[in-house]
Amino acid sequence: MTENSTLGTDWALSWIRECARTVGENRSELVRLDREIGDGDHGENLDRGFTAVLQKLDASEPATPADVFKLVATTLISTVGGAAGPLFGTAFLKGSAAISGVDELDADALVAFLAAARDGVVARGKAEVGDKTMIDAWTPAVEAARSEQESGGDAHAVLSAAADAAEEGAASTEPLVARKGRASYLGERAVGHRDPGAQSSALLFRAAAETAGS
Amino acid sequence: MKKLINDPRSVVDEALEGVALAHPELLTVHRDPAFIARAQGATSGKVALVSGGGSGHEPLHGGFVGFGMLDAAVPGPVFTSPTPDPIVAATKAVDGGAGVLHIVKNYTGDVLNFETAADLAEAEGIEVRSVIVNDDVAVKDSLYTAGRRGVAGTVLIEKIAGAAAERGDDLDAVTAIAERVNARVRSMGVALTAPTVPHAGEPSFTIGDDEIEIGIGIHGEPGRERIGLEPADAIVDRILGPILEDLPFESGQKVLLFVNGMGGSPLVELYIVFRRAAQVLGERGIEVARSLVGNHVTSLEMQGFSISVLALDEEMIELWDAPVQTAALRWGR
Repeated sequence: MTENSTLGTDWALSWIRECARTVGENRSELVRLDREIGDGDHGENLDRGFTAVLQKLDASEPATPADVFKLVATTLISTVGGAAGPLFGTAFLKGSAAISGVDELDADALVAFLAAARDGVVARGKAEVGDKTMIDAWTPAVEAARSEQESGGDAHAVLSAAADAAEEGAASTEPLVARKGRASYLGERAVGHRDPGAQSSALLFRAAAETAGS
Repeated sequence: MKKLINDPRSVVDEALEGVALAHPELLTVHRDPAFIARAQGATSGKVALVSGGGSGHEPLHGGFVGFGMLDAAVPGPVFTSPTPDPIVAATKAVDGGAGVLHIVKNYTGDVLNFETAADLAEAEGIEVRSVIVNDDVAVKDSLYTAGRRGVAGTVLIEKIAGAAAERGDDLDAVTAIAERVNARVRSMGVALTAPTVPHAGEPSFTIGDDEIEIGIGIHGEPGRERIGLEPADAIVDRILGPILEDLPFESGQKVLLFVNGMGGSPLVELYIVFRRAAQVLGERGIEVARSLVGNHVTSLEMQGFSISVLALDEEMIELWDAPVQTAALRWGR
């Protein structure tokens, strides 16, 4: 595994392609999680969205990582539906605005990107850590990324730390009662089930780390 | 599960084609993106009302597009919110220069997609306000949930706010009356059976032949409790109590009593429900000044009903009585 001090448009493209692959591979698992505490369409909706993203990427030549993420954002908003479309779309939209015009992302820029994306999701969905939502993956991931960056980690180390924390965060939703989204109507009946949005978020973080490190 | 469909994937598209063919004098069905608008398009100088949400609740919302109610309705896939694109397109198509009010049922997906659409429409210079409908008293503790759901009370808001827009109220005034109706209407529902989403192919939840779910949402989301089947009067008493205590509705209050069918219960049963609800209101000194009975906010073929009670004032009565001409509600014109 080679060390990467910065990540450019090629990485952004390969990350998003890996997102599409892993979402497709985990589609039925996400559907299963969502059927238990939601309405069972999360895997289907996200898969449809990333499939559309791949088509859009094939038909365009984004110049910067921000251009890639902006295209991802508008496509997800237009094609996913439900709550996930606006939430993941807003994440990529706000994240892209934070790194506008930057050709090569260093650890600093990646943390700015992730923090802005997370802030966008919080502003849109108004969820906090512990509400049993995707924020339970995102906030620990952003915090881990920042602490890795502050202790001198490079771009790949920052994304790996974020991916580890997102996976732990997704697992941490299992014992929780949901306070946002459709699962919140279930009360205690949601306990024991992992939040599908936290799980899909963790998949995207892992895809970012894996594509940065090879 | 038997369904009167051709292909589960084309249910919404084919239904929209049918709507367009059935009501050409009232509405136009737009494609790519899909929305339903009044046949004559935007009304210059009038505040426009746009609503929408997942399909499967017909006649909500497309059946309420026309004079005196909505200017456009945006149907999503069955039980799934539409994305922002068609909402923006509908908003632009019906804006008559006086601004647009979005009427949104409080479900996370609907709220997020309409919020995003409102941001996008405002970026294009259209003034957009939103009212989030949350009339369902079955969701108890709104601090620890996504909040009360928007259910059948939505129809009353669309009718009354639509009449206010039609008489020339500005965007602030139309928004204010929509908020006032939302603040004064309370609803709760009951399911006897589960609906089956066409592409899912199996019922949304399992419920025994002798069981009912009290406090059901309009997509079969769980309610307060699962109990054994009871006589209609007892079921009505169970849900009317929490509705009346919530506002609360006081003796002497004039109300609109709305008994809504969820799609699979015959009208004859809905009138049995209405009978008992009117009796209970009478005993409490609450005057049923206006009424509505029928399948207006449905949950596919689910057997069940909801009761909505709206505390009326004189202005609401005048606006309720004002002419309306839509596929599903029509009087005075």
